[in-house]
Amino acid sequence: MASIKIQKLVKTFGTVQAVAGIDLDMPDGEFVALLGPSGCGKTTTLRMIAGLEVPDSGVISIGDQDITMSQPRDRDVAMVFQDYALYPHMTIGENIGYPLKVRGVNKAEIIRRVTDVANQLQIGHLLERRPAQLSGGQQQRTALARAVVHRARVFLFDEPLSNLDAKLRLEARAFLKYLQREVGVTGVYVTHDQSEAMALADRIVVMSAGKIMQVGTPLEIYRQPANQFVAAFIGSPPMNLLAAVSDEAARTLSIAGHTFPMRENFAQASKASVIGVRPEHLTIHTQPVENGLVGKVYVTQPLGGETLILVHVGENLISVRVFGDDPPELPEQVWLVPELSRMHYFGEDGERIS
Amino acid sequence: MQRGMLSRPVGLLFLAPAIVFIAVFLVYPFFSIFQMSFTNTTLVGVNAVNPQFVGFDNYVALFNADQWMRRGEMGFSLLLTAQFVIGSGLIGQAVLGLFIAVLLHNRRGFTRELVFTLAIAAWIIPDVVVAFAWFAYLAPDGTLNNLLNTLGIAGPDWLFKHPMISIIFFNTWRGAAFSMLLFSSALSSIPPSQLETADVLGASGWQKFRDILLPQLTPYILTDLLLITLWTFNTFTPFLLTGGGPSYQTDVISIFTYRIGLRFFEFGKGSAAAMVVMIINLAIASIYLLVSRSRKVRA
Amino acid sequence: MTTRSRKPRVTFRFMLGTLLAYVIAIIFLLPLLWFIFAPFNDHAVLSASIPASLSLSNFGEVLDSDIAMRGLLINSPIIGIGTMLITTAVAALAAFGLSRSRLPGRQMWTYVLILFSSVVVGTASMVPIFRLIFEIGLINTHIGVILVMVGGMLPSAIFIMQDFVDGVPSSYEEAAMVMGASPLRIFKDITFPLIRPGLMVVGIWVLINAWGAFLTPYLLLRSPDLLPASVTFYRFYDEEGSPQITLIAAYAVLYTLPVLVMYLIINWRYGFRFFGGIKS
Ligand SMILES: Nc1ncnc2c1ncn2[C@@H]1O[C@H](COP(=O)(O)OP(=O)(O)O)[C@@H](O)[C@H]1O
Ligand SMILES: [Mg+2]
Repeated sequence: MASIKIQKLVKTFGTVQAVAGIDLDMPDGEFVALLGPSGCGKTTTLRMIAGLEVPDSGVISIGDQDITMSQPRDRDVAMVFQDYALYPHMTIGENIGYPLKVRGVNKAEIIRRVTDVANQLQIGHLLERRPAQLSGGQQQRTALARAVVHRARVFLFDEPLSNLDAKLRLEARAFLKYLQREVGVTGVYVTHDQSEAMALADRIVVMSAGKIMQVGTPLEIYRQPANQFVAAFIGSPPMNLLAAVSDEAARTLSIAGHTFPMRENFAQASKASVIGVRPEHLTIHTQPVENGLVGKVYVTQPLGGETLILVHVGENLISVRVFGDDPPELPEQVWLVPELSRMHYFGEDGERIS
Repeated sequence: MQRGMLSRPVGLLFLAPAIVFIAVFLVYPFFSIFQMSFTNTTLVGVNAVNPQFVGFDNYVALFNADQWMRRGEMGFSLLLTAQFVIGSGLIGQAVLGLFIAVLLHNRRGFTRELVFTLAIAAWIIPDVVVAFAWFAYLAPDGTLNNLLNTLGIAGPDWLFKHPMISIIFFNTWRGAAFSMLLFSSALSSIPPSQLETADVLGASGWQKFRDILLPQLTPYILTDLLLITLWTFNTFTPFLLTGGGPSYQTDVISIFTYRIGLRFFEFGKGSAAAMVVMIINLAIASIYLLVSRSRKVRA
Repeated sequence: MTTRSRKPRVTFRFMLGTLLAYVIAIIFLLPLLWFIFAPFNDHAVLSASIPASLSLSNFGEVLDSDIAMRGLLINSPIIGIGTMLITTAVAALAAFGLSRSRLPGRQMWTYVLILFSSVVVGTASMVPIFRLIFEIGLINTHIGVILVMVGGMLPSAIFIMQDFVDGVPSSYEEAAMVMGASPLRIFKDITFPLIRPGLMVVGIWVLINAWGAFLTPYLLLRSPDLLPASVTFYRFYDEEGSPQITLIAAYAVLYTLPVLVMYLIINWRYGFRFFGGIKS
C-alpha cells in the first residue's frame, strides 16, 4: 500500500490536450474514482500512473518515490483493463498466476495463491478453462483475480464493469465494494458511471476536458457541486439549471418568470446568474401555491418506486421526481415549488456561490 | 507519445536483421544497377576487373532509333510486354478472377470448392511443372489439339504459330486465382442484407452487380490491378514455356533483360535495361498511388 | 464469411451459373489432366489419355536418377526450409520491432519498402545480385541461394506479418508490462504464441515460393549435386533437348505433391486469408 501524489500533470496527443494540468493527493489506502464523460482524459491519467503513457510534464509519485519516468514494470502497480486483457492462449489459472510467475515466485506458492484468490472470487472451479469459455462476469472476475493475486502498492481500474450487462454490473459493483473494504487497497477507479463512483469511492474526482472540476466525497459532490458542470453531471436525472435574474432593491430573484423573495439567502442569490435544483427537491402541486412555478405537464414516466415528471415552465423543461409507487394523477397545469434551502447558486463563470 | 514497449535502440535491434537483408538484396542491387548501367562491365575478361565508364552508351544502344523496333530489341520487347500485360493481366486474370468471384458469391458446396481448388492448384504448382504441363497441352499432338480433333477442327502448333496468344492464355490460367481470392474475400465482407434489399426492390442481377457490388469492390480492383500489372510485367515464367521465341515473338521485357544481362553477361547493357524496367515499375506504382490518393481525397 | 447462409432458389439462372462454373473448372483442369494419367502410363505421350494399364515403372526409373532424387529429397528441402526459417524469423522480429518501438514514420517506411521491393524485382535485380554473390564467394552454395531468396521475400513477409502483430491487442502486452514482465519475456510469453498463425501463414507462403523457385538456383548453382528439383527437372531431357515424357510426368508429380498437400493443410487449418493492408 502506498500514497499517490500527482502534480501539474499534462499530456497532449497532437492537438488534443487529453490531460491539462491535474493535481491530486491520495493518502495511503484511499480509493478514488475518476469520473467524467467519455474523452475527458480519465484513461490517459490512469495510464500515466501505470507508466503506459509518458507525461509531457508534471510529477507522479507513489509512496514518496518519484516514478514519473520509470518503466511500468518498476512501479509495482496492478491494473484491470477495460477489455480485461485476459490471455486467450493461457488457462484461467495461468492467467491469474502470470504476475507471480513473472516475479519469479515458485510454482507451489503460485498454485496456492491462485487457488486462494480464485476461490474468494468464486471462480475456483474454472481454473482449467480458457477465457473464451467463460461468461462476461467470470472473465471480469478473472481479471480482478489476476490484479489482486499479487499485493501491488496501487490498484488501477479502467472501467472494469462497463462490458457487463446491467444486472451483472450491480453484482460486480457490490463485490468490488466488499473487496475494497476488506482489503483496504489504494486504488484509482476510472468510470463514466456516476452511480459506480458514488457507490465505490472514498472520494470522487470529477473531470472534464482534461481538467479536474471537483474533488470530494460522494456526498460533498452531490450536496455542493463546485460548478455547473458537476451539478449537471451528478444526479440522475441531472439537476435542473435555470437562468436567474436578481433585483437588488426588492431583494428578489426571478426564475422562469416567477419572482421569489429572498430573505436569508440574498447575499448568495444576488450574484447568481443560474440556479440549480435537483428533481428530487421539487414538489408538484395541482393547485396554485405560494412561490410555485406554473407549468404544463409534458410527460409522466412511472419507474416503479418513483415517477419522473417532465414539466414545461416557460422555455424550460424541468424534471421532477415523485417518490412512491403510486403515480400521481395530474391535470395539464401544475405548480412546482423548489426547496429554497436546497437551491444551488452559480455565477456567470459557472462556479458555485456560497 | 505512448510508451512503446521497446525503447528505440531495442526496436532497432529487432529490425537489424531485416535491415541488413534489405540493404544487401534490395538497396544495394538498385544502386549497383544504376552505377553499372554507365559502364561496360562484363563477367569475365578485362572489363570484369576494370570496367570503364561509358556514359550513356548503354542507354543509347538500347534506345537506338533505327534498331529500336526490330525483333530482339528493346522497343519490340516493350510492345510485346504491353500486349502480354494487358492481355493476360488486366483482361485475363483480373476479369476472369472477378467473374469467378461474382459467379460463386453466396454459393457453398462442391461447385465452389471444385473451381477454387483447381484455380488455386494452377496458381501454386511450381513454375517448371506448369510450364511443362502447358507445353504438353499445346503441343501439336497435345491434349488441346486432340480435343479439337474430336470436334473436327485441326488445331495448329500453338506455341509455334501463335506464341503470344499461348503465353497470354497460359498466364491468365496461371494467375487468375489471386484475383479470384482477393475479390471473393472482398465480396464476402459485403453484408448479404444489401443484396437482399435489392432483391426486395426487384433489381436485376446486372443492376445488383453494377450498383451494389462494383462500387464496393473498386478499392480492391485498384489494388488488384496494381499488383497484377507489376507481377505480370516482371514474370519470367513464359521463358520456361517458349524461351522467348520463336524468333523473339515472346521476348517480353523480363526475358529481354535476362538475355542481355545473364545469358550474354553484358552486365553494363543488362543493367541499363534493368534500370529502364525499374523506372517503368516505379511509374506503374506511382500512377496507382496517385489514383488511389485522389480517390481518398474525394471520398 | 457472412454467417447467414442463403439457400438460393433453384432457378434457371442458378443452373446456368452452375453450368458456367463447371465450364470454368474444366478449363482449369484440362492443362493438368496430363499429370493425372501420364505418370502411370509407361507409354505416355504429350497428349493426355487414359493408360491401357496402370504402371509404376515411370516412378521406378525416376527413383534411379541420383541427381534428380538428390534435388527432390535433399536440395529442395534444404533450400525451402532454410529460406522459410530465416524469412519467418527475420520477418517476425522486424514486424515486432516496427510495431512496438514507435520509430518515427514507421507507416511510411513499410510503404516505401513495399514500393521499393515491387520495383526492384525479377530479372532486373538478378544481374547485380549474381555479381554480389559471385564476389563474396557464395556462388554455387545453398546458403547463397537461400540468402538471395530471403532478401526477395522479406518485404512481403514483413508486410503480412505486421498485420498479425498489429492484430495483438495492445492491452495484452501492456497488462504484462504492468505485471512486471520484460520485453523479451513479453515477446516469448504473449506475442509469440499469439502470432503463431501468422508465422504459419508466412512460413508456408515462403516455403511454397522457395520450393517452386527456378531462376535464382538456376543462376547461382553450378554443381549438379546441389541443384534443387526445380532445376533437376530439366535433367529429363535427352541430348537433343527433347523431353523424356514418362519420366518428367512421374517426377513432376513427386515434386508437386508436397506443395499441394501443404497448401491444403494450411487452407484447411487457417483458411486462405487476405490481410487488411492489401486493401488500398
Ligand atoms: N493514443 C492516443 N492518441 C491520440 N489521442 C488520444 C490517445 N489516447 C487518448 N486520446 C485522446 O485524448 C482524449 C482523452 O482520452 P481518454 O483519456 O481515453 O478519455 P476517457 O478515458 O476519459 O474517455 C480523447 O480526446 C482521446 O481522443
Ligand atoms: Mg477511457
